[in-house]
Amino acid sequence: MNVRLYLWQRATAAVMAPLVMVHIGVIFHATRHGLSAADILSRTRGSVAWTAFYGSFVLAVSIHAAIGVRNVLSEWIPLNERRVDACAVFFGLVLAVLGLRAVAAVVLP
Amino acid sequence: MVHRISGLALAIFLPLHFLTLGLAIEGEARLERFLRWSDQPLVKAGEIALVFVFTVHLLGGLRILVIENFNWRDGQKQLATLAAALSALVAFAFLVRVF
Repeated sequence: MNVRLYLWQRATAAVMAPLVMVHIGVIFHATRHGLSAADILSRTRGSVAWTAFYGSFVLAVSIHAAIGVRNVLSEWIPLNERRVDACAVFFGLVLAVLGLRAVAAVVLP
Repeated sequence: MVHRISGLALAIFLPLHFLTLGLAIEGEARLERFLRWSDQPLVKAGEIALVFVFTVHLLGGLRILVIENFNWRDGQKQLATLAAALSALVAFAFLVRVF
């Protein structure tokens, strides 16, 4: 892993650490009476705070996971560097698009 | 290795998680239908495993950040055991909650 990717990996990890802790807290809170769509959407729809929270979470995790997958691919599968990079970029973009779509789905009124 | 495998598991799960939440685009009822389907014991067991893996990856990541950025390298085995124990505790608390 080159220095730039290493720094991105660690920086996104540092950004996500508190976000993950809050997310685990939300999971516990949301499941206190069983999960329901009404419960989830009443909390998130129209909320600027949850949009910012999950929007930044999605962007950070897309970068973090893409670099992680790139590392695993380059060490476990005999592919050349360019193909590994292409797979990682594709995976990161898929995560970002699906993630931002999911955020839009739960926050837009 | 634990950190790598838990990260890989989360990377596989994430697109499915996002697709599930994306069901809300089709309306609250569509998401609710999926959530009721996910009430099955096997799916719940999968969710508990995910909470465990998620916590393991968080604690493993914090450990790496601490090792790399602070002068603190003692007791790594104990720390790894503590991370596993704490993750199991969080997952067990979630198990009690969802069943």
